[in-house]
Amino acid sequence: MALVGPVALRRRSVSRALLGLVGAGAIGLTALLFTATPFQGVLDFVLVAYLLYVVAQTAVSYAVEGARSARNRLALTLLVSALFLALVPLAAVLIYTVQRGVQAISPGFLTHSMNGVGPLEDAGGAYHAIVGTLEQVVIASVISIPLGLLAAVYIVEYGRGRLVYWIRFFVDVMTGLPSIVAGLFIFAFWVLGLHKGFSGFAAGMALAILMIPIVVRASEEMLKLVPNDLREASYALGVPRWRTIVSVVFPAASAGLTTGIILAVARVTGETAPLLLTAFGFDAIRTNPFSGPQSGLPLFVFSQAGSAFDVAVNRAWAGALTLIAIVLVLTVLARVLTRRNVLA
Amino acid sequence: MAKRIDVEDLNAWYGSFHAVADVSMTIEPKQVTALIGPSGCGKSTFLRALNRMHEVVRGARVSGQVLLDGQDIYGEGVDAVAVRRSIGMVFQRPNPFPTMSVRDNVAAGLKLNGVRKKSELDDVVERSLTMAGLWDEVSHRLDRPGGGLSGGQQQRLCIARALAVEPEVLLMDEPCSSLDPISTLRIEDLIGELKDRYTIVIVTHNMQEAARVSETTAFFNIAGAGEPGRLIEMGPTTKIFTKPDDTRTEDYITGRFG
Repeated sequence: MALVGPVALRRRSVSRALLGLVGAGAIGLTALLFTATPFQGVLDFVLVAYLLYVVAQTAVSYAVEGARSARNRLALTLLVSALFLALVPLAAVLIYTVQRGVQAISPGFLTHSMNGVGPLEDAGGAYHAIVGTLEQVVIASVISIPLGLLAAVYIVEYGRGRLVYWIRFFVDVMTGLPSIVAGLFIFAFWVLGLHKGFSGFAAGMALAILMIPIVVRASEEMLKLVPNDLREASYALGVPRWRTIVSVVFPAASAGLTTGIILAVARVTGETAPLLLTAFGFDAIRTNPFSGPQSGLPLFVFSQAGSAFDVAVNRAWAGALTLIAIVLVLTVLARVLTRRNVLA
Repeated sequence: MAKRIDVEDLNAWYGSFHAVADVSMTIEPKQVTALIGPSGCGKSTFLRALNRMHEVVRGARVSGQVLLDGQDIYGEGVDAVAVRRSIGMVFQRPNPFPTMSVRDNVAAGLKLNGVRKKSELDDVVERSLTMAGLWDEVSHRLDRPGGGLSGGQQQRLCIARALAVEPEVLLMDEPCSSLDPISTLRIEDLIGELKDRYTIVIVTHNMQEAARVSETTAFFNIAGAGEPGRLIEMGPTTKIFTKPDDTRTEDYITGRFG
């Protein structure tokens, strides 16, 4: 005798109309509840209606479709809810920043510095900060991309045994390094210790400390994706190892490497804490990153947002929008390049 | 140019695992030698030891001698990279370089070793593709990616790529196992043509294939799981397939294995 009875291939299911009815019922019941009892508040209303809906939907589904479908609907509903909840803060930040930023941004904002702008004046801009951020990020990239990439090549292609274990361990530790510590280190070592003073270069170094582990980990993952078949094919042609890495492994992983590196750049572009103790901030345009304090977009936002005056706070929003725009461009670039990845 | 290979007391390990034990054999030039045997019997490992590809795997090592026309490729001061240039290899799965065009795939061995002259490279590309029987099919799309060819074409592309560096010996590790019967036939025909110029060693699971393409057959076997693979018997293919000396060979050939 079979343990399970014959399986019915056709089964009843809850229609969309019925689901809509359940939803309407949940809202209606909540409304009744909120008029009849001391319950109040929009958020409370949404929460109660949602909970009622989830319970009612599961009950209806259980009655009509059976236990398995009811569990499935419940799980799916919770998953979709979690997805929306996760997106809410992200969307809210983005929308609010764009709203406030667009009102405050202007061509003058992008082409003027804060040099000589009085605290109540609705003038000045972030040109000096944009210049500073670009320079600092370029310096950080020039230091960390070659270092990170070469470290990843060592880990994947050459390293064996304990040394690699420790390198990876330290890279992991560095990934979790609080960014202010990177700034503090450069401040103590470079700015004070070597008497070099504040500069964009110091900021670039602090950013590089944060960027190196990200580049290493991203590159490592991409290099590992390159099939061993390709390396062996190259070795079998009598191609030396270094040449194999340069001409076979790198091209195969290039799209992924580029993506990882761009994401690392985007990540440090928004760093504020390390700049506080290294670039320090400066109101005028300073194009030379090697001497004297310099501004940066995150610093600019930080200092303007701390002001008591609306004109300054508006400038902060415009600066935030500019920063998001720069990071967005980099991220989109990374996406486009990933799509061309031959390995993915 | 085809060279003879004398193997003496070859042992191969992966870490502490002894994969191949005490193999001695002579591989004649301008002939096809087939290595047959059950999975895990060490025939692929042995093949990879013949051009020092075995040591590419982490923890892998080899002892014994492999003499290429009298010169030990494991001898002191011998460069593994140079060995692999004179002993080419074709793998089980076609593995053209995905980022390179058909032309660049064939020229890869030379290009990556510093040959830059375009006319020279073009000559080599045409010659190698013709030898691999692929020229007519790809001559109009040399600039398309090598990965866009069919499986059988990709494998012939890999053979052309191996031939382009003008090796003296060609090692083939189950070159037809991932191909359909028609592509297999093409490659087997190709092997028949190539043996006039090269020493060819082919690993195969397909005994009919070994019977079709080879002059000499070597049978490898393992005594049990975890035991190293050993050479059981080697001789003219017709003899191995009709009246082998060893009963283990006979059992394997006739399907009474295990």
